[in-house]
Amino acid sequence: MCAASSFYSATGASQSLELQADVLVLGGGLSGTWAAVAAARAGARVILADKGWCGASGVTATAGPGHWWVAPEERRAAIDKRLAGALGLADPQWMARILDCTWRTLPTLAGYYDFPRDERGVTQYRGLRGPEYMRGMRRLAEDNGVSILDQSPALELLRNADGRLAGARGWQRQARRDWQVRAPAVVVATGGCGFLSRLLGSQTNTGDGHLMAVEAGAELSGMEFSSYYCIAPLDSTMTRSMVYTFGSYFDDAGRPLGIVPGPDFTNALARALLQGPVYCRLERVPEALRARLPYVQPNLMLPFARRGIDPYRDRFPVTLHAEGTIRGVGGLRVVDAHCQTGVPGLFAAGDAASREPVTGAVSGGGAVNAAWALSSGQWAGQGAARHARGNASLARRGLLLGLGGIGMPRRQGDKAPDNRTLVRRIQEEMHPYDKNLFRSGGQLDRSLAELENVWDRLRHAPEGHGGDPLRVRETAALAAVARWCYGAALERQESRGLHQRSDAPAQRVEFDLHLRSGGLDRPWVRRDGLPASTWTDFENRSHNA
Amino acid sequence: MIELIFKDLCSGCGSCVRLCPGNVLGLDTDGKPLIRDQTACQTCFMCELYCTADALYVDPDCEHPVALDAHEIRESGLLGQYRRDSGWDEWAADPRYANQHWRMDAIFALGYGLLSPAIPGATGEADEKR
Repeated sequence: MCAASSFYSATGASQSLELQADVLVLGGGLSGTWAAVAAARAGARVILADKGWCGASGVTATAGPGHWWVAPEERRAAIDKRLAGALGLADPQWMARILDCTWRTLPTLAGYYDFPRDERGVTQYRGLRGPEYMRGMRRLAEDNGVSILDQSPALELLRNADGRLAGARGWQRQARRDWQVRAPAVVVATGGCGFLSRLLGSQTNTGDGHLMAVEAGAELSGMEFSSYYCIAPLDSTMTRSMVYTFGSYFDDAGRPLGIVPGPDFTNALARALLQGPVYCRLERVPEALRARLPYVQPNLMLPFARRGIDPYRDRFPVTLHAEGTIRGVGGLRVVDAHCQTGVPGLFAAGDAASREPVTGAVSGGGAVNAAWALSSGQWAGQGAARHARGNASLARRGLLLGLGGIGMPRRQGDKAPDNRTLVRRIQEEMHPYDKNLFRSGGQLDRSLAELENVWDRLRHAPEGHGGDPLRVRETAALAAVARWCYGAALERQESRGLHQRSDAPAQRVEFDLHLRSGGLDRPWVRRDGLPASTWTDFENRSHNA
Repeated sequence: MIELIFKDLCSGCGSCVRLCPGNVLGLDTDGKPLIRDQTACQTCFMCELYCTADALYVDPDCEHPVALDAHEIRESGLLGQYRRDSGWDEWAADPRYANQHWRMDAIFALGYGLLSPAIPGATGEADEKR
C-alpha cells in the first residue's frame, strides 16, 4: 500500500480543484452516464469524471450499439439460447434482469434520442447510433444535475483514516491542475482494456479503473476471456463489422480464401493473416443497400471515400484489431445485485466489470454488452446512492490517503520512464493472434515473463512524469491488466468460449468454475466454484416472490 | 489521424479542442485549433462530426502521418461528409440524411443469408453488432 505522498507536488499544479459529492462516477461512456443518471435520480449529488469529453469518448460514442432487446414473451427462449452458448458460466437471473431493465429503459430516452420509425411506422428502440446516443446521455446527465468533469482522468482512489473508501483524485489535462473529489461511493466505469489497439474509440480505455480498484482491494473475474478481435481495413480504425458479412476474402495472389461469416470467422481470418496479407472485396453487398449504407453507419465509408477505394469493386487489405476485455468478458468482479465490488462503496459497471453473469465464456458482442452497460450502470448508480446515504460522513473531512502505487506521478520533473517502449512491449504480448487468440501454456509462460519484466521496469522507473502525469499510470494499468489476463489464461488449462488453448483443446468439467484474480507485485488466481443457480431455481424463486 | 485544420473556415468555437478524446489539439494565439500531439489522435472522427464549420480533416490512416494537398482536400467534397451523412445540424431536416441505423438487424440477416445459409442463426448475428 502506497504511503500518502503529496499528490499536489506530484504534478506541480499551482492550485487544485477540490469537490465533494455523494457519488463519484469514473468514466463517461455508456455505463458511466447511466450510473450517474441513476444515482442522481436516487437523490445523490453526483460528479462524473471522464478522461476525455463525456459524449465523445469511449467505444460507444464512435459505434452503434444494438441492445439485447427482447419482448417479455420471447425472453425465455432468448435466455435459453444465450445460456447454452455461455458454456456454463452465466446466470439466467442476471440475463433476465438486463433484458427487463433494457426493455424498460430505452423508451424513456425519447426526448434525448430521436428514435426512428420503420416503414410501417413502428418506433425502433433497439439499435442506437453511438454519437447521438452519447450526446443524448450527456444531456440527460446534465438535466438530472450531474456535474461533469471533462478531460479529467482519475489516477487513484482515496481512503479516509479509518481505511474506508472516500473518493478519488486525478488530473485535469486541459486546465492542467489536480482534481480531488471526496465521496463515500465511487462507480468505476472506465471501460475495458484493448491494450491501445486501433479499435475505434478505444484509446481512452487503458484499464485504469481495474488497477485503481485492485489497489483498493477489489478482485477481478473471467480475465482469461480477453481475446476478442474485430476486422477493419488495414491501417484504419474503422471496426464497424456489419458490412463484412458480405465480404469475399483473398490472399496476396488473389486466390479466394473461403472465409465465411459465422462462428469461425475471426479464427479463419487470423489464421490467414498469420500467413500473409488478406484482402477483402464487398462485392456481395446488394446495390440497393450500397446507396443506403452511409445513412445506416455514417462513419463506415469514411476510410474508403478518403482513399478513393470502391470497396464493392476493389480489393482492399484488412486486419484484425484486438479488443482485450472490451468485447471480451473479464473485469472487476461484482458481488451483489447493485454491482458492488468486494470493497464497500466501490461499484463497477459496463466493460470495466466482469460480464460473466450475462455472457459466460463468450463475448456478448455489441448487443448483450450494451444491455449490460445500460443495466449495470443504473444498478451501480442506485447502489452507490444508497451506500452514500448510509455513509455520508465518511468522506466529508479529514485526512485522505491515496491508494495509487505503481506508475503514480510522485514528483515533478522530466525524468520519466521510456513509456512508448514499455507500451510496445505490452502490445507485443497482447495483440498478436498467435499469442492471444491462439493460446498455449508455453507461450503464456513466455509472455508472462516478458510482462513481469515490464512491470519491474515500471516499479523501478523514475517517479517523474515528463509533463504528463497520466501516461505512466496508464502504462502501469495496461501492464497490470495484461498480467491478469494471461495469469488467468494460464490457470484455465482447457479451451472454453473465447479462451482457446492449443495445448488443452477440449473443454473440461474440472474447469466448470470462475477464475478470480488480483494482486499487484504478486498477481494471483483463485478457482471459485459455480453457485447453484439454474433456471429451475430462478423460476422457483420468481414463483415464490 | 488529424491532418488538416482550415483556419479560414474555422469559427473558433473550440469544440474540437474540448471534446477530443486524446486531447490532441490546442489553441493558437488566434484562438484557432492547432495539432499539438498528432500521435495521440485515435482517428475517431468525432472532431469532424462536431465541427459545424467543416474546418477539420482526419485522414483514415491511423498508423502513419500522411502528406496531403490541402487545396485538393478542400475541393474534394470530403469536408463535412461525416456530419452531413449523420444528418446533424443544418442537415437534420433533410430526409436524404435521416437516421437509418435501425436497419442493421435486417442487414445482418441479409449478409448471413446471402453467404452462409448453412449456419442457422449463427451467433454472430447479434454478436457482431457495434
